[in-house]
Amino acid sequence: MEVKEKKEKGQEGVLKRIAGPVVTAVNIDAHMYDVVKVGHEELMGEVIKIQGDETIIQVYEDTSGIRPGEPVTNTGLSLAVELGPGLLTSIYDGIQRPLSVLVDKMGDFIQRGVSAPGLDHQKKWEFRPLVKEGDKVSPGTIIGEVQETNIVHRILVPPNVQGGTVKSIKRGSFTIEEIICTLDSGVELTMMQKWPVRVPRPVMEKMNPTIPLITGQRILDGLFPIAKGGTAAIPGPFGSGKTVTQQQLAKWSDAEIVVYIGCGERGNEMTEVLTEFPELEDPKTGKPLMERTVLIANTSNMPVAAREASVYTGITIAEYFRDMGYDVSLMADSTSRWAEAMREISSRLEEMPGEEGYPAYLAARLSEFYERAGLVKALCGKNGSVSVIGAVSPPGGDFSEPVTQNTLRIVKVFWALDAKLSQRRHFPAINWLNSYSLYLDTLHDWYDKEVSPEWNVLRSWAMEVLQKEAELQEIVQLVGSDALPEAEQLTIEIARMIREIFLQQNAYDPVDTFCDMAKQYDMMKAIKGFADLAYAAQTAGVSPAQIISIKSKNDLPQIKFIKDYKPELERIQKNMDSEINTLRSSA
Amino acid sequence: MKEYRTISKIAGPLVFVEKTEPVGYGELVNIALWDGSIKRGQVLDTSDSLVVVQVFETTAGIGRDSGVRFLGETIKMPVGKEMLGRILSGGGKPIDGGPEIVPEKRLDITGAAINPYARASPEEFIQTGISTIDGTNTLVRGQKLPIFSGAGLPHNNIALQIARQSKVLGSQEAFAVVFAAMGITKEEANHFMQDFERTGALERAVVFLNLADDPAVERIITPRLALTTAEYLAFELDMHVLVILTDMTNYCEALRQIGAAREEVPGRRGYPGYMYTDLAGIYERAGIIKGKKGSITQFPILTMPGDDITHPIPDLTGYITEGQIVVSRELHRKGIYPPINVLPSLSRLMNLGIGKEHTREDHKKVSDQLYAAYAEGNDLRGLVAIVGKDALSERDRMFLEFADLFENRFVRQGYDEDRSIFETLDGGWNLLATLPVEQLVRIDRDLINKYHPKFRQGAKAQG
Repeated sequence: MEVKEKKEKGQEGVLKRIAGPVVTAVNIDAHMYDVVKVGHEELMGEVIKIQGDETIIQVYEDTSGIRPGEPVTNTGLSLAVELGPGLLTSIYDGIQRPLSVLVDKMGDFIQRGVSAPGLDHQKKWEFRPLVKEGDKVSPGTIIGEVQETNIVHRILVPPNVQGGTVKSIKRGSFTIEEIICTLDSGVELTMMQKWPVRVPRPVMEKMNPTIPLITGQRILDGLFPIAKGGTAAIPGPFGSGKTVTQQQLAKWSDAEIVVYIGCGERGNEMTEVLTEFPELEDPKTGKPLMERTVLIANTSNMPVAAREASVYTGITIAEYFRDMGYDVSLMADSTSRWAEAMREISSRLEEMPGEEGYPAYLAARLSEFYERAGLVKALCGKNGSVSVIGAVSPPGGDFSEPVTQNTLRIVKVFWALDAKLSQRRHFPAINWLNSYSLYLDTLHDWYDKEVSPEWNVLRSWAMEVLQKEAELQEIVQLVGSDALPEAEQLTIEIARMIREIFLQQNAYDPVDTFCDMAKQYDMMKAIKGFADLAYAAQTAGVSPAQIISIKSKNDLPQIKFIKDYKPELERIQKNMDSEINTLRSSA
Repeated sequence: MKEYRTISKIAGPLVFVEKTEPVGYGELVNIALWDGSIKRGQVLDTSDSLVVVQVFETTAGIGRDSGVRFLGETIKMPVGKEMLGRILSGGGKPIDGGPEIVPEKRLDITGAAINPYARASPEEFIQTGISTIDGTNTLVRGQKLPIFSGAGLPHNNIALQIARQSKVLGSQEAFAVVFAAMGITKEEANHFMQDFERTGALERAVVFLNLADDPAVERIITPRLALTTAEYLAFELDMHVLVILTDMTNYCEALRQIGAAREEVPGRRGYPGYMYTDLAGIYERAGIIKGKKGSITQFPILTMPGDDITHPIPDLTGYITEGQIVVSRELHRKGIYPPINVLPSLSRLMNLGIGKEHTREDHKKVSDQLYAAYAEGNDLRGLVAIVGKDALSERDRMFLEFADLFENRFVRQGYDEDRSIFETLDGGWNLLATLPVEQLVRIDRDLINKYHPKFRQGAKAQG
């Protein structure tokens, strides 16, 4: 798939009709998804429909004041992103214009008709070649590297050029436009490549994921893990914590590269990300989190067509880093706004609507997008992955609506946010009964080996207790908790401990915000330890009320907030032991 | 400027004009009637054969003989410093009998999106003096926090109390208020105006009034005029502006009315599919810009049809705004003012504006604990209705009592009662003190030792 400059380049047509972001041009012989410049101000647009001699264009900028009769120029190119050194730490709008450059060019408000390249074309990067003259290279081969941030940016032969033998290769400091390598086939390579956003980048092979993406969030890693290269959806009504969860994942997930798409969301939230990320440290490398991050911010009041494109821009950048052999995680917040952008464009095109006014191709677009995730053998021979986590904002929190339903048919992990939980400030407000992960089986071995052989057993035990609690709660609702048998009163208490100690996690506490697997294991084991003691004591005749009210147990939640928790945890466990033993000997 | 007499169709608020010169999308239109009066409109759809104009007022009197002029520019709002203290119509014309506004600038009312990169993070705590807001749903400068209410609830009083009492700690400067009324009754408008006059707030206010009997279509531009004015005051005159928009439900109804007239494919419950984007174009015009002194804080008010929070209007609003304050009919019936139900209420920016540097170190944890305890007590009320109080465990009974105390001491306050944040937090601690210490799992030991009434032994702990 080559981005050829087609022969229509530079051809001019005339505007015939303007209705909001959708305009009609005549006398232009464009192809679908060609990028065109609209009007005297050269607003950027994209061909989305061809009908008779009319070409219908969605415009990425506000069209106020544009008149029929103004010119339309076809660039003959598809909407493409620039890929190369300089991507990391950038913040883009939906069509890869750097927002910082836009502030310099047009001030604090987004004006129209300003173009800005995605990468800095003047900046020089220190290039170290990894192949030498005479070496054979093919599409995807790593020919050299650049130390971009603390991340090494590998320079690849673009997938859309012919390979060959290296005729010459340079070392030193270059801009991304300068030729650094020539092949005997005549191909000249720079550090930058362009790729059309709507086309997935090719890979050698797609594989099944077997390693979890560790996020430091107990309910995710512990109960409903996502694999590296997997897909997950977080649907939830407003205020249930979608964005906080997404941001936690962007901060703490152990991917090497993070692409965060703010698609049709709040401006102030993007600012929060922008101010916070440079200050936060990657728990693994100690470097600012921003150094591994690419942000795309197309807030809700920025043009709707660019919102539609933002998701593709993001995933193309993610695929590019994957092709270097990195593990990338991509957060899209929110895919519902993306779907709404599709709906808005579709209705302006007067297309026959499907369910709830969404276009009939909604399901196809969603599945195409999520299918671009995966663990792959890249063309360079290394393994890389893109994990996609999409937030969904169902109207009224009703999961039966089309975007949620079509998403759930594709993704493997479902984190169901629950307004009831967030109202009582149980965060993350992920419902443990409705959520699921289909990666449990494939990740089983990893947890066995890397955490503990006991872990999978503990996990099942916890899920069982929580399930049992839900059943018991129904009875409690009818007869009150005192009417339950003694053993079950204990079960209710233990489930409460799992919820309050293990599942609840404070994203704003400096320690509790990230919890590694070892601590998760210790915490769950401590709860299970108490449960075993409690049931044994109850069988030996101690009343549940006495067991529940032992003092040392109340200290257990505090270990969440302690960094070197081990001595404290041991002390608490010892005290629980002795307190229960005292109860037993007096029983 | 050419005048056309080529109107071919009039349907609802839409006028179709044929055979024009090229006309710009979004251009302003004047339509001259036979009696010489002028109606204003805007171009919705333009092509070389047909132009669709949306008229802001009623189309009564427009006919085939009316003359249409295209003004060659989009709608602009004349703004100037002397707008403070003025009362304007929903279309931006003075209605207080005063002189025309001498414009220092004419600004496009659609407003451009603030570049997210140029925004500064809102983090200055605003003390409203209302415990349920300051304590548990803290407002910060630059936030947009709507009030979700229902017909017959005292949301107007809450909004007025907020407008009257709001201040930033350590700053004497009062907020300038931009007030936009959309489709409210004359009586409600009078209530607002009298309160503004009583407290002297009118001197620092700009009022836009589109009343219930004013044309519905005009409501589409009223909030945009108000926000354009607010942006001018905030970002050019360095003022801190509080914008009150009421009632957004009427705005959305007008949007639906136009959508229907244009024969668009409707989205949920007949509202247009682009309502999210349209509302975002209003709500997102709040915030702070790096390097500028002023700020815009928004208080949209909406009445939830049938008290249903999943209705498209509150639903889409909630997805755009940074939280919501939910007014509860149940609390109102219990006679509690302000009847704010904290459980579904939320302030997303709260964490930015509280804590050691802004309010007090224990703020976040106290708030979480109050929430958790009240939620638990509230749940138990349902249980008590079935099994009776006697079937509850002792622990449950304490939480049940806590819920009542919370409503009566923390939520309830006077219409003119202005509580400081420290009074609010200490009030919270006094309530928490009715629970056993070991039940306060959300709060660290250190904070309990420092602030819990039992341990602090009457010492006045602040900061």
